[in-house]
Amino acid sequence: MNTIGYLLLLVFSEGGEKSGSPLDVNPGVILWTVVTFVLLLLILKKIAWKPILNSLSERENFIKDSLEKADKAQKDAEKLLAENKVNLSKAEEDAQKIIEQGRELAEKLKTQILEESKVQARKMILDATSEIERKNSEAFNTLKGQVADIAVNAVEKILRETLDKDKQVKLVNKYLDDLKN
Amino acid sequence: MWIYNPNTVSDTVKTVVEATKKQDTSWIMHHVLDSRELDFTPFGIVHLPELHLFGIDISITKHVVFMWLALVILVVTFLYVARTYRKSLVPRGVTNLTEVLIVFVRDEIVKPTIGKGYERFLPYLLTVFFFILTCNFLGLIPYGSTATSNIAVTATLAVISFIVIQAGGMMKNGVFGYLKGLVPHGIPIWLLPIMIPVELLGLFTKPFALAVRLFANMTAGHIVILSLLGLIFILHTYFVAPVSVSFTLFIFFLEILVALIQAYIFTMLSSLFIGMAVHQEH
Repeated sequence: MNTIGYLLLLVFSEGGEKSGSPLDVNPGVILWTVVTFVLLLLILKKIAWKPILNSLSERENFIKDSLEKADKAQKDAEKLLAENKVNLSKAEEDAQKIIEQGRELAEKLKTQILEESKVQARKMILDATSEIERKNSEAFNTLKGQVADIAVNAVEKILRETLDKDKQVKLVNKYLDDLKN
Repeated sequence: MWIYNPNTVSDTVKTVVEATKKQDTSWIMHHVLDSRELDFTPFGIVHLPELHLFGIDISITKHVVFMWLALVILVVTFLYVARTYRKSLVPRGVTNLTEVLIVFVRDEIVKPTIGKGYERFLPYLLTVFFFILTCNFLGLIPYGSTATSNIAVTATLAVISFIVIQAGGMMKNGVFGYLKGLVPHGIPIWLLPIMIPVELLGLFTKPFALAVRLFANMTAGHIVILSLLGLIFILHTYFVAPVSVSFTLFIFFLEILVALIQAYIFTMLSSLFIGMAVHQEH
């Protein structure tokens, strides 16, 4: 019994004379808490929560919109990129084709030019040959005339030289002798 | 063999009681309890005015002063914060800190617990959260005092929560609809005599638990810190000082955590109860 009594004494004994219990309720503090809290609630509701929450939702909407916009822009860009890729490959194909055509054309042109030049060359050779021949015959003819002239001149000269008076007399005489015989 | 001897036990208890009487522990209570003065020892003591209204003692006490300090701090801070939002939507500095807390309360506490129509209760719950948080932290600064370690303060806050819970429920479901919805559907009629008192009691135990939880948490930490420091003076040796100081430091960090957690829990539970009152079908 003693033990229990002392234990109760220990539990309920207070350290100091004046200090109250933490469980004491002061009505004044209740009143001031109500006043303070309600005042705080009203002030903060007006100056803080309304503008801040509005700004927050405004910003959230802004971010959401921006994200959506960015998403859309990205999709557009991807589409554009794909289109560009297709265009690029088409252009490359075209370019390849054009180059191919150009090469073909060049080849054709080359053979044609070569052919033409060959033909021309042959013609030129033919021309040159006939010209040479013509010149040859011309030169031959000229030479022939000249040779005849020279021969006639030489004959004339010879004749003139051989047919002087004595010789002619002698020749006539001979002829006459022959005739007498 | 140790034999139970009632005399030994009673002697021990007697000694402890004697020691308790001899050793004045009122200094701990002096720090924890409310008082009529602001103790700035060694710079002096400010005595607060005594006021009476209709025979009720409404003197300004230490805790009232610190509640006002919390009010001033919050109003000044949020005036500044609200102004920074007007300048730019990008938060910076203090605004970052408050925004984290505001968004946390809104998205992690109020939205999930109340659900549809949570906007109506958001200002109240935000105010409760920041008020309790500031009061808790004011108790951790030198010469500070925790208003939330006063049962009158926490009980008042809990009663305000109670009113908000009931008003929220009644505004959504109508007075009679709300009272009818308190008892779950599909209960046999013979159970009603038991269920009605239980549910009614449940209405009042919720705010009671809110009040006691906050009060006890905020008081306990301070008493533990003061007791640990008191060990140095009780044991009359310097050798215990490192232990005391390191433990005190640990408890102090714990107190910072507790200050946050209790503000969170009070708001969270208030929000939960509002949600239960508003959406009774769940």
